[in-house]
Amino acid sequence: MDFLRPASWEDALAAKAEHPAAVPIAGGTDVMVEINFGHRRPEHLLDLGRIEELATWETDRDTVRLGAGVPYTKIMESLRAELPGLALASHTVASPQIRNRGGVGGNLGTASPAGDAHPALLAAGAEVEAESVRGSRLIPIDAFYTGVKRNALAPDELIRAVRIRKARGPQQFSKVGTRNAMVIAVCAFAIALYPAERRVRTGIGSAAPTPVRAEEAEAFLAAALDEERLWDSGARIAPSLAEKFAGLCAAACDPIDDVRGTADYRRHAVGVMARRTLTWTWEAYRAAPAADRREGGAV
Amino acid sequence: MSTHDHTPPGAATGPAGPPPRARTRKATGAPTGLTQGSRARGGIGESTLRPDGTLKVTGEFAYSSDMWHEDMIWGHILRSPVAHAEIVSIDVSGALAQAGVHAVMTYDDLPTDVRYYGLEIQDTPVLAHGRVRHHGEPVALVAADHPETARRAADRIRVEYRELPVVTDEASALAPGAPVLHPDRAPHGAHPNIVHRQPIVRGDVGAAARRADVVVTGEYTFGMQDQAFLGPESGLAVPGEDGGVDLFVATQWLHSDLRQIAPVLGLPAHKVRMTLAGVGGAFGGREDLSMQIHACLLALRTGKPVKIVYNRFESFFGHVHRHPAKLRFEHGATRDGKLTHMKCRIVLDGGAYASASPAVVGNASSLSVGPYVVDHVDIEALALYTNNPPCGAMRGFGAVQACFGYEAQMDRLAAELGMDPVEFRQRNAMEQGSLMPTGQRVDAPAPVAELLRRVQARPMPPERQWETTEGADVRQLPGGLSNTTHGEGVVRGVGYAVGMKNVGFSEGFDDYSTARVRMEVSGGEPVATVHTAMAEVGQGGVTVHAQIARTELGISRVTIQPADTGVGSAGSTSASRQTYVTGGAVRNACREVREQVLRMGRRKFGTYHRAWATAKLLLEGGKVVTDAGEALADLADVLGDEAVEAELEWRHRPTRPFDPHTGQGDGHVQYAFAAHRAVVEVDTELGLVKVVELACAQDVGKAMNPLSVVGQIQGGSVQGLGMAVMEEIVVDPVTAQVRNPSFTDYLIPTILDTPPLPVDVLELADPHAPYGLRGAGEAPTLSSTPAVLAAVRDATGLDLTHTPVRPEHLVAAALAAAPGRTARN
Repeated sequence: MDFLRPASWEDALAAKAEHPAAVPIAGGTDVMVEINFGHRRPEHLLDLGRIEELATWETDRDTVRLGAGVPYTKIMESLRAELPGLALASHTVASPQIRNRGGVGGNLGTASPAGDAHPALLAAGAEVEAESVRGSRLIPIDAFYTGVKRNALAPDELIRAVRIRKARGPQQFSKVGTRNAMVIAVCAFAIALYPAERRVRTGIGSAAPTPVRAEEAEAFLAAALDEERLWDSGARIAPSLAEKFAGLCAAACDPIDDVRGTADYRRHAVGVMARRTLTWTWEAYRAAPAADRREGGAV
Repeated sequence: MSTHDHTPPGAATGPAGPPPRARTRKATGAPTGLTQGSRARGGIGESTLRPDGTLKVTGEFAYSSDMWHEDMIWGHILRSPVAHAEIVSIDVSGALAQAGVHAVMTYDDLPTDVRYYGLEIQDTPVLAHGRVRHHGEPVALVAADHPETARRAADRIRVEYRELPVVTDEASALAPGAPVLHPDRAPHGAHPNIVHRQPIVRGDVGAAARRADVVVTGEYTFGMQDQAFLGPESGLAVPGEDGGVDLFVATQWLHSDLRQIAPVLGLPAHKVRMTLAGVGGAFGGREDLSMQIHACLLALRTGKPVKIVYNRFESFFGHVHRHPAKLRFEHGATRDGKLTHMKCRIVLDGGAYASASPAVVGNASSLSVGPYVVDHVDIEALALYTNNPPCGAMRGFGAVQACFGYEAQMDRLAAELGMDPVEFRQRNAMEQGSLMPTGQRVDAPAPVAELLRRVQARPMPPERQWETTEGADVRQLPGGLSNTTHGEGVVRGVGYAVGMKNVGFSEGFDDYSTARVRMEVSGGEPVATVHTAMAEVGQGGVTVHAQIARTELGISRVTIQPADTGVGSAGSTSASRQTYVTGGAVRNACREVREQVLRMGRRKFGTYHRAWATAKLLLEGGKVVTDAGEALADLADVLGDEAVEAELEWRHRPTRPFDPHTGQGDGHVQYAFAAHRAVVEVDTELGLVKVVELACAQDVGKAMNPLSVVGQIQGGSVQGLGMAVMEEIVVDPVTAQVRNPSFTDYLIPTILDTPPLPVDVLELADPHAPYGLRGAGEAPTLSSTPAVLAAVRDATGLDLTHTPVRPEHLVAAALAAAPGRTARN
């Protein structure tokens, strides 16, 4: 196994072009486990650890450009206001040591349905900035996950960053595991409200072959909120409405039975998390001053 | 607070220190002597600190996996990917052809006719012989100059398996025509797939049942728990110039290993020199051999030092687990809350090889009543051979499974009678003088009712602790940082349990320990050296032995020599026995040294002072003093340049085997008791559990080292908590393959799962034990699991019969009612 250590992003792209089967490694959260267990013996490992810009982020008025290697700890500490859903998800990643090393780029590269960042990225409508020696492109998150542990990257592409619009409304993330910390998701759920656009987006983890959105549930909720003028009134959401939304989120799952949980439990738990996180985000929306609500500012 | 010198491994250890470099030749990383000095006395009853504590928490302690030797090569074990198969052929040529490979060995390469080993029954092949009986069974060995080379070479060994049907439970193991796991073994019970069976009958159950006002039956299942010690199996075998071998290994009992290793190698015992390497936890999982014979075989074959280190995945296959169990109980009680009778049947899954199954059966049956007085019993416990992973020793050893069952029954009976569950237990609690179902009289304090009273009397942790002015602190809630609830669906429950565990080896086993103690002068100061073969696996023996020596010899400097087979057996570090038995041997060896020193003093100085002849003499503060406090001589002057040494064996009171038909007999030597109160909060919609507090009261007879005792109790409590809510090795019922051999999917509690653990330590002396002490390590593991389950039942109203409880058990009703359950939408 050869260990490639490019000193710059350009060198990394060149190395990936030369060795399209090279496995990129940053924090090593997934890759090292696979190597240690002998599940994977790549000819080349492409270490991205020396490329400093991957561990930085930039913000403009609307967007965060989050380097692929920004560790989860930084997201929790520094981007809580801009990316609240992703910050909550980051809290649930593994242990403090791994949160100091791992970043979103690795989650996307592995594209496991159990990756903790995915539901939050789906709900936030992120775009993946993929680059190769051929150029750079933005892949909408909705088109990124193509199968179990498969993604839309071309063999010569690396993930440079993720572009995520700053939160314009409340966001939440919730994950079920059978331990109170340091646990792989049995299933997970994220929700983001977009008051200005009168839209809701969701993300579901570990309950289908890929991370998915509950699009029918989103459409139903947006329509119901409009119909009942709840965005304007800021009134409570009726339990029946939350229950219907939860049921549609559960129905968006396509889970399996495995050693971590049953399909039935996953579907059920996604419904419970959908109902609760909708309630939390909606209560946060209601609690914001009416002027902020109208402008759709961050709440 | 006493202060201590912490001498790191490798540092000089004083004049009496071992010559570790000579002993281990070029090996590094093997533990060396741990010198402890203390300005304060640091004797028994003090919380002296572990000499290796700082090294362990700073990551500097040398574990067995850290050892290194010049010219060392690496061993690797090829294991069976299937649970039950005939081995049609093995072709090792591909592995042998690989560069860097020094040796490949299969069953046919074993050097002698002794090719099987085992703790109690020699039924385990060193390498598979024509048949594999469980997933992960060792089939072939490779030695290579790099561990990755060895792994790759192992991948190139071609093994043709012809799969056989598997037996995985009582029904399949005892079915007509079931494959017999060990056809050569003489039948032991109704069927050859029964490893061991122990009935216990006493009184007249039929008549007693007719006097019962209420009768409660229950069936319970107990999952397969892993010891989950943090240091995987590892060791280093170094071939000796005399044709023997030096083995440095993390184990629980050096001499038991030696007894099993030497015959397979064809060596006399004295040519297999074993030294304990740094142990990263054990909990029973190191009682059986793992890589010991394999490393020695490869070392002798290649003439090179061979190191073997399992990774976590292999570790799950490399040691036995706690027996899963199916338990069926019937209890009766009168209206006024007195137990009338008890019937039970406990079926333990021993897996493919016997390991410690017979002794586990003995415990499960003899302790199945629990710490209660029941005069009429009809008990049967048995262990099966199946194609599941082999099961054997783990902290609590048969008593844990039984306690889970009988404590659930106590709650059901109390509910049936409308009584407080603690009061019901107290009305039936055993006390000193009570009879065991085996007919044995409990002849030491048995404060069962008092332990329950103490945990019940504790103030309750505050309700709704998660509420803060900023909102919900999710760390205090079920789901923790996963942010699943801010209080929705959360219900509190409280549960109690109490258990009893035998201390020491039972059923007539000759359970002894050997200690060698030496006193001499170094740097003008008297120093004692304690040498035993006791495996320090984290239990604190190194601390306690030094404390005993200080107390008995009245000096402050004590060196604990590395444990090795250069001294007699110290027995196993298990069954909560080391402080009792090896501690007893150290005490007596110290007393013998003291007598010799006093004789020496009388010879040298007797003519100068009448008190040498007339007074009662003590050793105190490095001097010989009279019991009136008058100093007669410095020990340094008494000893001069002579050394005084004593080595002796020490035994606890003998026990007797249980009668094979009635189970009667004085089988146990001592009992330990602990009680727990668990307070839990359950998210009833998601089925997630947060243990809010787990309080324990335990009688330890004498807290030799209070800090260590509390640590043992807290550790045992958390291990039981893990068993209650998360820990289970999942074995596929169709293929008998292990589905979660990793810490990704075999979960153990993190600090965020660990609640406050208030501990109440009682010290009611056992008059038969050294210093009145009572083995402490296992009892807290028994009652914590049923206490947590009782609390979860209390919170949810559910009739939970399996441990660990899983989220889907707690929301079963919602799942059954859910739409789209069978068909996907």
